[in-house]
Amino acid sequence: MTYTERLARAIVWIVGISVCIYLMAPLFVTVAVSFADSAVFNLPPPSWSFRWYDGLLAKRGFLPSLSLSVQIALISTGISLVLGTLTAIAVVKGRFPGRQAISTFVVSPLMMPGLVVGIALLQFLREIGYRDAYTGLILGHVIVTLPFVMRTVQASLSLFDFNLIDAARTLGLSYPKAVLKVLVPILSPAYLSSGLFAFLASMDNYPISIFLTDARNKTLPIQILEYLEVRPDPTIAAISTLLILLTIIVLVISDRLVGLRRMTDL
Amino acid sequence: MNRSGAGKDRTWLLAVPGVSYLTVLYAIPLGLLLLASFRLPGSFTVAAYVEFFGDPFNWYIIWNTVRTALLTTAISLLIGYPAAFALAWSKGWLQAVFLISLILPLSVGIVVKAFAWTIVLRSDGVLNQLLLFIGVTDEPIRLIFTEAGLIFGAVNVFVPFMIMPIYSVIRLMDPKLPEAASTLGAGPLQVFWKVIVPLTIPGVIAGIAFVFSLALAMYVIPTLLVGERFMTLSQQIARSYLYLRNETLGSTVAVVLLCFSLIVIIASQWLAGKVRANA
Repeated sequence: MTYTERLARAIVWIVGISVCIYLMAPLFVTVAVSFADSAVFNLPPPSWSFRWYDGLLAKRGFLPSLSLSVQIALISTGISLVLGTLTAIAVVKGRFPGRQAISTFVVSPLMMPGLVVGIALLQFLREIGYRDAYTGLILGHVIVTLPFVMRTVQASLSLFDFNLIDAARTLGLSYPKAVLKVLVPILSPAYLSSGLFAFLASMDNYPISIFLTDARNKTLPIQILEYLEVRPDPTIAAISTLLILLTIIVLVISDRLVGLRRMTDL
Repeated sequence: MNRSGAGKDRTWLLAVPGVSYLTVLYAIPLGLLLLASFRLPGSFTVAAYVEFFGDPFNWYIIWNTVRTALLTTAISLLIGYPAAFALAWSKGWLQAVFLISLILPLSVGIVVKAFAWTIVLRSDGVLNQLLLFIGVTDEPIRLIFTEAGLIFGAVNVFVPFMIMPIYSVIRLMDPKLPEAASTLGAGPLQVFWKVIVPLTIPGVIAGIAFVFSLALAMYVIPTLLVGERFMTLSQQIARSYLYLRNETLGSTVAVVLLCFSLIVIIASQWLAGKVRANA
């Protein structure tokens, strides 16, 4: 190995490890603050306690918001998985013109300003006289979760040999059964990773939700930001720590099922 | 191969639900928003844009938005590119650590992350305590409510979107290729510029497009890390709709930001196509 190569390798490892620490830093801060005994965010805190976790259950607003966010995220991710898979199959397997345009169109919301998409949708729903906040939120969140499914499923389908489905049919399976037995297992890693990314993107969405919520339907990020503005205390750190824990559980299960390595194909 | 004769191909039907969904709830609403920005009571006019671009303050907002997005993207590329290689070269538990630190932070929302950075960056925060302890500085450095603090927080949130596409292309790269090039007599720098960079460029383009468009549109991060003093296009949009109740101004700024994002999407698609054609 030459001197330059060694230098390049050293840079790669040093930057890689520093980036890890940098990415994890806000999580460590959040977890540490959630166990702090004081209401001001001093690190390290004078003493440790569970008081913010006790307070979480007593505080009105957080649990309904968490439950609303989880519902919206699950439903919109589910819809996106169906719509995204169908569109991805059409784009990968079809031989019609404009496939590239469709793919770009379906992925484009990922790169569009959320606030603008949110306002446009709000004004559109108002125009047609639609006022239900709950379904409005789902409709909006499908727009932001669909690109994750489309990108990942399209990438894994482009490596798939569609003749396998025909082969399964020749062997006597009906078309839906052939798809279920051949295509779905091959897509499961893509489903798991894009489903996770889509779910987390929906849970975290602020810019679209802010225009679609009402007083009774507040998603978690909106509730948290409002809470921070009124009375900043480590309650939000406690609820975030619970979300981190939940994600760790999901990641451990995913790792058992498909392996973490296949989770980053974005 | 089989039964794919022209005219019999009906696979396009599968794209109908998804494309119609986005057309009705995304493309048409954005089109209506565009129309609304030209429609003052009674007439069809570009007056709102003339007023918008005539105001130097709005140019200042645009410059703020583009500058922070450029800086965020440049730094993300600078640290994300080597980090993607570290992720690709690592094995076993080290790779697991890398992957977890990419995915797990997504579980903490932008709101909470930005808030965590306010704790770290405060003048009596962790970072300043550390800097004082090492002796880098004698007195606390002002980090929060500055542009440097904003970039620090923005890169933290967006750099995974740079690392992941680059990592995907490195994984597809034949590891023997750089070796072969150096066996054929290429120096390390030549191998990097002539072999590694061209092979990873599709991932780099995707990463830049992601991070730049996300950073252009960011709203929560500047709001929490810098506050109202530092105006960006997104903040102006939110302010116009939520506080000023000025929908004409709001839709004008929204269309301006929309155009920036469209330019990024089209430019990145065009570049990606060009790279594919060259390969």
